[in-house]
Amino acid sequence: MKESWDGPLNKIDDYRWEIPKTYNSGMRVPGLIYASSNLLEKIRQDQAPEQVANVAFLPGIVGRSLAMPDIHWGYGFCIGGVAATTLDDGVISPGGVGFDINCGVRLVRTNLTLKEVKPKVELLVDELFRAIPSGVGSKGKIKISYNEMRDVLRRGSKWAVERGFGWEEDILFTEEEGRMKDANPDLISKHALERGKPQLGTLGSGNHFLEIQVIDKVYDPEVARELGLEEGQITVMIHCGSRGLGHQVCTDYLVTMQKAVQKYGIQLPDRQLACAPLSSPEGKNYYAAMACAANYAWANRQCIMHWTREVFAKVFRSTSEELGIKLIYDVAHNIAKIEEHSLKGKKIKLCVHRKGATRAFPPFHPDIPKKYKKIGQPVLIPGDMGRCSYCLVGTEKAMEETFGSTCHGAGRIMSRMKAKKEARGRDIQQELREKGIIVKAESRGTLVEEMSDAYKDVSEVVEVMHQTGISRKVVRMRPLGVIKG
Amino acid sequence: MKEFEILEHTADIGIAAYGKTKREVFINAAKGMYNIITEDKREFKENFSHHIKLTAENLENLLVAWLSELLYLSETKLVVFNKFEIEELSDYQLTGKVFGKRIDQSGHKIKREIKAVTYHRLEVKEDKESGLWRAQVIFDI
Repeated sequence: MKESWDGPLNKIDDYRWEIPKTYNSGMRVPGLIYASSNLLEKIRQDQAPEQVANVAFLPGIVGRSLAMPDIHWGYGFCIGGVAATTLDDGVISPGGVGFDINCGVRLVRTNLTLKEVKPKVELLVDELFRAIPSGVGSKGKIKISYNEMRDVLRRGSKWAVERGFGWEEDILFTEEEGRMKDANPDLISKHALERGKPQLGTLGSGNHFLEIQVIDKVYDPEVARELGLEEGQITVMIHCGSRGLGHQVCTDYLVTMQKAVQKYGIQLPDRQLACAPLSSPEGKNYYAAMACAANYAWANRQCIMHWTREVFAKVFRSTSEELGIKLIYDVAHNIAKIEEHSLKGKKIKLCVHRKGATRAFPPFHPDIPKKYKKIGQPVLIPGDMGRCSYCLVGTEKAMEETFGSTCHGAGRIMSRMKAKKEARGRDIQQELREKGIIVKAESRGTLVEEMSDAYKDVSEVVEVMHQTGISRKVVRMRPLGVIKG
Repeated sequence: MKEFEILEHTADIGIAAYGKTKREVFINAAKGMYNIITEDKREFKENFSHHIKLTAENLENLLVAWLSELLYLSETKLVVFNKFEIEELSDYQLTGKVFGKRIDQSGHKIKREIKAVTYHRLEVKEDKESGLWRAQVIFDI
C-alpha cells in the first residue's frame, strides 16, 4: 500500500517544489509542494504527490494544485491540499474538503499562569473528561429536536450562543463568524441528521482532542501582545469537527458527485475527485450541505468551549470572565470557501478547497476580526499529543501564493498498525507523564495510535510556512494536559 | 480461506476480504469492518436485527453503500453487528438482514470509530481461475 513516488519535483527554491504540467497530459496547471528537503524525503514515500498532480485535472482549477508541508495521502485530494476553481466553469469536489467537514481548531486564552495551573492539571483533566463527552460511540448531553437541529445547521455558533453556550463576542472571533450563510438543511439527508442529533457537543475520537497548554515561546512579542498572549500563559486548544453528520454528508454527496461526473462528462484520473460544476444543482447543493456541516462543527466547538469555561471556573472558584477565558480564534481546516482573490492582476471569486489546510488571511483583509486588522488572521496549528502547537498569523504572501492558505498540523507518517507495533511494551501514557503531560483518553488504543512517533514534527512543518513568508510564527504552546476520545 | 485481513495505510485502515461467492465476500467485508471497530472476535448473542435494501451504480459502489449503511445503523441505533444474511445480491442491488447487539451506554464494545467508507483503492473482483472473490476497501478513521 505504501509505494514511493518517483515523479518529478523540480526545485524552485529550498521550500518550493514543482510538479510540472508535463508530468501528466491531463494537468491543467502545475503542482506545487511546500516542503523542506528533509520533509520531501518522507513526502516521496507515499502517493501524495500523485494526488497533487491528479487534482490539477479538475475543470476550472487556477494557479496551481498546492500542497502544504504536512502533506500525506488521502482520498482523491491529499491531506494538506489546496485547490482553487473558478465559479463559472469550475467544479467543487467533496474530496477537496474531506469526510470531517470543518474539522478545525480553536485557541482559548486565560489569565492563568503555569504556576497556578501546574498543581491542578490532573484535576482539570479529570473534570474536563467528565464534562465533555468524548470517545467512540459517545452521546452528547444536549437534547435537541430535529427542528432545532435544522437551526443548528443554519446558524452554527449563533445558535449555540443564543442557547447559552458562550458569549456573543465569541462569534466575532470565529472564521465566518461561525456561520456559513448558504447553509440549507433541506439538503442534508435524514441519515446525516440522525447521526448528528445525538452527537452535538461531543469531542469525537482519533486525533481530536482538548488540550491545556502553556505558551513556552514567543516569536513575535508585538503580535502576541495584540492577541493577548504572553509567555507562561495558560491556553486551551480544542480540535474536533462535524462528527457523524459531516461524515455522512460527504458519503452522501460522493454518490451524487459520481453520477454528476458521468452527467457532465468530466474526465478524472481518480474517481475520488468526483465533483460537479459549481454552477450545477449538484454543485450548489453540495456547497449548501457542506455549509450545514460546517455550521454544526462551529456550534460543536462553541459548546465544548463553554463547558471548558465552566470547568475552569469551578476548579479555580471564579468566573470565566474573571479568568479572562476568551476565544482568540477558531479556524476550519477541512472546507471549501467562496472567496475573492487576485489572479493575474484581476479580482476574481474562487472556490478554494482546503483539505487539511487552514485559511491565513493577511492584515486588513475585510473578513478578519476588526481587532486583528493590523496583525492578520490568527492561524492555529495543533501538534500531536507530546509535542507543541503554534499560533501563527496570515500574510500577504499567502494571498499571493496559496490563495490565503497554510498548513494545518503535523501530518501522519506512520500507519496505525505500525504505531501499535512500535508501542509494544511501551506505556505511552507514562512516557507522556514523565514529560510533564497528563493524558486522559477513552481508549489506550487511541493513545497508541496517536503517539508522537506516528507524526511528522509539526515544528518542521510550521518552519517551512514561516520561512516562505506564508504565515508568521507568533507563539508556541506546549501541552500540559490532554483529553482524547 | 481467510475471511479478511487488515491492510495498513498511513492515516487510516483497510481490509481485504475473501469469499467463495459474491455474497460471502460482502459478508466477510462487513465482518472485517466490525473487527476494526470492536477488535473483539468473541461470539455474542444478538438482540437487534434490521432489514437492509440498497441500490448502487455498480458492484463496487454497492459494497461502499452496504458498509456505509452498516456504519450509519451502528452509530444511530448504537449497535454492533456480527451476523449478516444477504438474501439478494446483484451488481446493483442488495437486500438482506443484519443482526447485532446493542452496546451499553459507555460504548465499551467500540474500540475504534470509523468515520466513513472511502472509494480509495476500492475493488471487488472475482479471480477467474480460482473463482475466489476478493474485496478491498479503505476506511477513514
